[in-house]
Amino acid sequence: MNIIIRKFFYGDIPEDKSVGGIQSHSVSKNDWPLWEVFIRSKQGLDHKHVGSLHAADARMAIENARDVYTRRMEGVSIWVVESKYIHASNPDEAESLYDPANDKAYRHPTFYDLPDAVKHM
Amino acid sequence: MTNSKSKTQTQKINCTIHLADNALILGHRDSEWCGHGPVLEQDIAITNISLDLIGQARNFYQYAAELINHENGSGATEDTLAYLRDNRDFKNCLLVEQSNGDWAVTILRQFLFSVYQYLLYKQLQRSNDTQIAAIAEKALKEVVYHVQWSSEWVIRLGDGTEESHKRMLKATDDLWTFTGELFNPTLFEKEAAANGYSVDVATLKNEWMQKIKITFEQATLPVPNENVWMQSGGKEGIHTENLSYILADMQFLQRAYPGCEW
Repeated sequence: MNIIIRKFFYGDIPEDKSVGGIQSHSVSKNDWPLWEVFIRSKQGLDHKHVGSLHAADARMAIENARDVYTRRMEGVSIWVVESKYIHASNPDEAESLYDPANDKAYRHPTFYDLPDAVKHM
Repeated sequence: MTNSKSKTQTQKINCTIHLADNALILGHRDSEWCGHGPVLEQDIAITNISLDLIGQARNFYQYAAELINHENGSGATEDTLAYLRDNRDFKNCLLVEQSNGDWAVTILRQFLFSVYQYLLYKQLQRSNDTQIAAIAEKALKEVVYHVQWSSEWVIRLGDGTEESHKRMLKATDDLWTFTGELFNPTLFEKEAAANGYSVDVATLKNEWMQKIKITFEQATLPVPNENVWMQSGGKEGIHTENLSYILADMQFLQRAYPGCEW
């Protein structure tokens, strides 16, 4: 069986050629690295992935994220991480990764009788 | 209304229009980058700054129009002030009307002006005119970001490649003589300071120079000499040829189709 480990699925990461990551577009050396942006909205407790952008360094990435993704008051906090540090699961393996959970209904905690005294469940 | 009181009011109108013109013209210049920025993210950044500035201009124009109408009921609006005045009536400083040049020129122009605007608005927050104080307070938050964004770019370009360093030196040569005017108060600015609704701009110079110096040093750029001959005149309506091109661009539609809306 010939499994190729594909490391990157968000855009193209030119720096790391060692692990056979796919490089769908060729990127010139002068391009800034790609960053993934996560924004926490005012009501939200967690940072959510909103997209990606190019920037020369982390500082610029945060400013760019501010300019690109928070123009309409979307957020109160920004995280950025260089895309090359994101390791993604391979969509081709979706069947083996996720389908087996499909018929395991007993993993959902729906078989318990809750006493009336327990609130907020 | 006594004559001297009305004169004071005229100077206040001039001063408010001057603040508006500075913001509008630089905002217009920055907006010329829309769709032409070096990369998408910076295209959006400079366009955001442009919108901030045009928003500030609107606030000042609206207030100026209110003052004008109170004075003579001539039906001024923010639009008539922006679109129907001629070259000589514009009171913006020369720095903001200078053409975009390359990215280095645009960045440096923004930096030099934003630092000035930051210091000015900080003082204007204490203006005895509550409307001016309120506009300054709102705008200051935006300008803090403009200063940060542009100073980081000055450092990035100055301390970047040989080419970017060279371009920053050229940009400094191109723009430096337009900075003296910022701190040279005109009649209406003197009047404004004397009456407490604005500040003596000359007092902002030291702190401005300090910030320029720190940033230039970080950017490995030679700090320009502040005691060279400086251009002036913009605040009194004597502009470089650049302003007419801007106005032709900006005012064409309202001049050709008066009152048109869309």
